[in-house]
Amino acid sequence: MAQAELLESAPEGRLASLGHHPLVQTLRRLSRRKVAMISLLVIVVIYLMGITAPWTAPYGFRETDLDNTFAGPTLEHPFGTDRLGRDMLSRVMWAAQTTVIISVLAIGSGTILLGVGLGLLSGYRGGWVDAVIMRVVDLISSMPSLLILILVTSTIRPRWEDMWRDFEQWSSIGGIRESGATDYMLVFGILALLGWGSMARFIRAQVLTLRQSEFVLAAQTQGASTWRIIWVHLLPNVSHLIVLVVTASLGAVAGTEIALAFLGIGVRLPHPSFGTMIFEYSGLRQFQAHPNVFFIPAAFVSALLVSFNLLGDALNDVLSPRRRNMSR
Amino acid sequence: MQGLLPYVTRRLLWAPVLLFVVSLVTFALGRYGPGDPIAVLQAQRLDPEVAESIRHERGLDQPFVEQYLTYISNFLRGDLGESFSIYRGIPVQDIIFPRMWVSFQYSFLVLIITYAIGIPIGIFTALKQGTWLDPFVIGGFLFIASIPVLVVIPILQWLFALQLGWLPSGGWQINEIAGIEFGIFDKRIMLPVIALTLPGLGGVARLMRISTLEVLGEDFVRTARAKGLHEITVASRHVARNSLLPLVTIMGYELAGLMGGAIFTETLLGIPGVGQLAFQAITSNDYDIVMALVLLGASAFIVAMLVVDIAYTFVDPRVRYRPGELL
Repeated sequence: MAQAELLESAPEGRLASLGHHPLVQTLRRLSRRKVAMISLLVIVVIYLMGITAPWTAPYGFRETDLDNTFAGPTLEHPFGTDRLGRDMLSRVMWAAQTTVIISVLAIGSGTILLGVGLGLLSGYRGGWVDAVIMRVVDLISSMPSLLILILVTSTIRPRWEDMWRDFEQWSSIGGIRESGATDYMLVFGILALLGWGSMARFIRAQVLTLRQSEFVLAAQTQGASTWRIIWVHLLPNVSHLIVLVVTASLGAVAGTEIALAFLGIGVRLPHPSFGTMIFEYSGLRQFQAHPNVFFIPAAFVSALLVSFNLLGDALNDVLSPRRRNMSR
Repeated sequence: MQGLLPYVTRRLLWAPVLLFVVSLVTFALGRYGPGDPIAVLQAQRLDPEVAESIRHERGLDQPFVEQYLTYISNFLRGDLGESFSIYRGIPVQDIIFPRMWVSFQYSFLVLIITYAIGIPIGIFTALKQGTWLDPFVIGGFLFIASIPVLVVIPILQWLFALQLGWLPSGGWQINEIAGIEFGIFDKRIMLPVIALTLPGLGGVARLMRISTLEVLGEDFVRTARAKGLHEITVASRHVARNSLLPLVTIMGYELAGLMGGAIFTETLLGIPGVGQLAFQAITSNDYDIVMALVLLGASAFIVAMLVVDIAYTFVDPRVRYRPGELL
């Protein structure tokens, strides 16, 4: 145990083998926690449902069966049907797809590319680069984000739609708007632009301390370029922290997407998303008459968000050495 | 407090710049957005001549920069413009401030209850670290906190209003311009307070737990215990006082958000507060209201950040700003 402890606290930057990689260590510690593993399982299942929806969903999200509305659970429709007789199971799967697409795109482009990239650059280069990037972060984080999000979506959307309509006519490629792809791009684009600030700040703070370490100095004396130092020496040492922030933000983006859909500015009907599905039946009367139509999407969304939060909490515990040592 | 003065000065100088950029972005979005205010104003009976005269009257035919400057100088003098569509012709300040009062009343109650319950829970779970109680309680609150408000509210409405019949499910008069005095003892305030307190508890408790754990590891706690002080004395005098510090930050930001209202809660429960107004204003292209809300929100946040940062250095002398480090 003592030796393992020593190895774990070996100076960062000397990544002798893959086993000492901070990310691998983090995951290894995480795998010992039951709650974290169950949460991960729930997330994986819901994400898989979304990803495989085009092939595995028993019905399309538009397929109605007007003779069979508000049906209870049967073999044909395990979760019943809604007011147009649409299969709830299939709609949940398509809604999961919406969530997956938007959160992965928003996190991938915003939090990871912009946040990590600019945070590393800002922390390592310092000087005016740092000043400019951090001022932009200040700016983004001082805007009331939900208001700006609504404002941007509602002002830009009509032009955005026009642009794509023109493009479809000009290129005679049909069905781009029909598929909902343009909606996804708009929503995730805005989420990405507004959401990278905290990641950049977090990474920058880590890099500020790493910058002083000997392995960076050694790399500098060997004449390594800025990009090489960032890519080879700094990035691996913050990778476990990236996982932490990404977990938290994936949950947050899923939540925001639901909120936007609820306000009528997210992904539009009829393409299902959890937000629109919940909102459609959240009125007191509908809720009382057909609780299952409300509860099924609500349960899936809640399970997803709860799992992300519990997983993030476990990661946080694993990553904080002070609290970890105290519990031993 | 060495290095504090230049730090504060720089922050003070930076705040107006931030406000300027935020206002410019919002103004541009509002003016170049799809909803032409005149078209909104005239609705179906679009008459080009009348449109032109209104445009001129309101200064909408002037260049963008000039419009912006006029707006800002009016704003600074307390004239926030006029509602274009929702409450045609009524000055924005007369619409916003009564609604802020509505949102403030329930948000303030939520803030107090959240901290009053969250802080003791945080300390308790930290002291119970290593037992099953700690992960169980924190996990439970985290679980509740993760369920979206949009899901919680219909359930609460159903439970308290329909099944138990204890509370009214709404009962607000919508579109009321004059503020509503509902006070803390009015039954109507209960639903929004419950719905907004539940998700906040987990966050406060978790933060308090972490910060308590950190303080528990300090030398002075060991000394206090070694002196033979009672565990309750140690927890309340030595630990709680020091571990409350990080919460000052969060609380500051939340104070700034008090007037902001909660868009979802207000929309679902039909509470005539700022959140509901914001949503209405954006969907009906009432840009002067939107502008005012965004600017006021951003100002409150920027001032709060400043105050919190400065207050922090005074409260905790260990935090010192070295020149060139943070700004």
